[in-house]
Amino acid sequence: MSEFLQHLINMLVLGGTYALLGIGLTLIFGIMNVVNFTHGVLYTFGAYIMFIVVHQLGINFFLALPLAVLAGWLLGAAIELTLLRPLRGSDIDTTMLVMIGAWIAMQSGALWIWGGVAKSVTTPFPEAPLVLGPVSVSWLRLFVLAAAAMLIVVTYLLINRTKLGCAMRATFQDQDTASLMGVNVDLIYTSTFAIGSSLAAAAGALLGPVYVIFPQMGDLAAVKAFAIVILGGLGNITGAVIGGFILALAEELGAGYVSSGYRDAMGFLIIIAVLIFKPTGLFARSERVG
Amino acid sequence: MKSALAILSVVAFASVPFWLRDPYLMNALITTGIFIIGAMSLNLLLGFTGQLSLGHIAFFGIGAYVSALTSLGFDVGLPFGFRIVHAPWPPIVGFVLAIVVAGLCGYLVGLLSFRVRGAYFVIVTISFAEVVRLVALNWVELTQGPLALTNVPLMTIGLPGLGDLTLRTKLQNYYLVLAVAVVTYVLISRLVHSHFGRAMRGLMENETLAVSVGIDVTRTLTLAAVISAGIAGAAGSLYAHYIRIIDPEVFAFINTVTMVIMVITGGKGSLAGPVVGGMIFGLLPVFLRPIMAPEAQWIAYGGVLIVILFVLPRGIVPSLALRFAKRRSRPEKAAPVAFSERSVKEHA
Repeated sequence: MSEFLQHLINMLVLGGTYALLGIGLTLIFGIMNVVNFTHGVLYTFGAYIMFIVVHQLGINFFLALPLAVLAGWLLGAAIELTLLRPLRGSDIDTTMLVMIGAWIAMQSGALWIWGGVAKSVTTPFPEAPLVLGPVSVSWLRLFVLAAAAMLIVVTYLLINRTKLGCAMRATFQDQDTASLMGVNVDLIYTSTFAIGSSLAAAAGALLGPVYVIFPQMGDLAAVKAFAIVILGGLGNITGAVIGGFILALAEELGAGYVSSGYRDAMGFLIIIAVLIFKPTGLFARSERVG
Repeated sequence: MKSALAILSVVAFASVPFWLRDPYLMNALITTGIFIIGAMSLNLLLGFTGQLSLGHIAFFGIGAYVSALTSLGFDVGLPFGFRIVHAPWPPIVGFVLAIVVAGLCGYLVGLLSFRVRGAYFVIVTISFAEVVRLVALNWVELTQGPLALTNVPLMTIGLPGLGDLTLRTKLQNYYLVLAVAVVTYVLISRLVHSHFGRAMRGLMENETLAVSVGIDVTRTLTLAAVISAGIAGAAGSLYAHYIRIIDPEVFAFINTVTMVIMVITGGKGSLAGPVVGGMIFGLLPVFLRPIMAPEAQWIAYGGVLIVILFVLPRGIVPSLALRFAKRRSRPEKAAPVAFSERSVKEHA
């Protein structure tokens, strides 16, 4: 039983960051209809920003997170303006291939700049974990959970309570009508991509110190993000949050009770199973292109 | 005119070993040839049915593992106390089994993944390849996991009247790869120009319309997937018996991307496209190696893929064919070029 409780605690920590990844991707996928293969690179990028800020610039650990979010925002906006805006209106395969090209180039760039050796970030948290009866959790992981929860709430408010969020939702529903109502669709696209990218960078900055940082770390993160989006349904933020926690639970239980080698297979199996049995996602309300 | 060009190319490729003595370049040509076969099979799906399969390396890798395991033999325990003990069989049997097993996997994947289209199809195919990679990594008893299958036997071919020929030299392997590539090219060419090929292209251009004229979508797409996977499996088998060491890294996504870049650059939906794109991207590392670090090369590849999609979205071969067709069409009526009919019409 205590082992199971420990898995649940780990699931909460992991699920929070997975939800961040998923929200970012589901926004981009849902609103822009772009399969964003650079999402994983943004995750890697966020982790490296964390490393640079803490170790090379010597700035405070807690300041690194907002800086990573900002850097992700800027990089995302740059990608949208240079690669996606000129391709507006071309078919989804072309944008997908362009994003694959960008991903290969950027990941190799990270490998070139920072090398393949894994890096770790020292944190200001005490080594000793917080022990609560039969389970224990490190302070760093608690911070990760809290920060992820805060970012999820901020994003939720941004989408549901602000004018920008309203315009984003309108664009998601019907781009042409939104445009007729005076929504600047170009601006919405750039903002969406920038926000989604900053969330991916935040997830990387949060999970980077928990594990180690290396250039290919984003590949699995990207696939997990796709799994979450497919689980939760396209453009569905609540679905992405729940999907993040389901994936984390599946991974924890899979690693704990099946084999740790297949931990990362969970995301793929979920993708395959959901698309075969319920291709609209678990929580879909609206129809989806099948 | 086109078949003359094709025969000329085959003669040119066949003559290469007579004037090229450098073993490093020969090696690059052989591996490039193997990847071109893979790219041709990918083109069958991507270029003629319009389905972007990003898990194509799975079939290549499955072919490689099946062929290697058939010729090496294995002894593996299954649940409920079953054991499979397999004594080594000749590599040529491995080659055939590689095609069969990869084709079967293509059938299963096709059956499941053609339920969805577009982005979802792409994601299912990626997931399939990754699951296969993780199985290859974790089923250590069968695949040796990260330790790799080593000492894969050389390919042996029984020739009538000559007995068994073991392909030891690069020269022999080069001609084997060339032969398989030519057979693949002819096969795909026949297929594309058959009734089935027209059904495939009808589907690609307008699925609803294709259904309305009686084309069985699932059957057509699944058949294309089976053939495509079988060819990829054959390429994987050639790879296994030439490189002679197979590890789970063969399933790396980057290998799929390499094939995709070859097809896109050369021109999807063009028979010669993967060959042209494959020669460019297969041999580029040879020339870039002295001047660029591998990471920088990959940055360049990513960049080239983006630039090609922006500047030459049709790919090299169809763009050239289009220019050729235009020049000829000026005095008389446009002569349609078989594989780019659509592109010609779009431009006209």
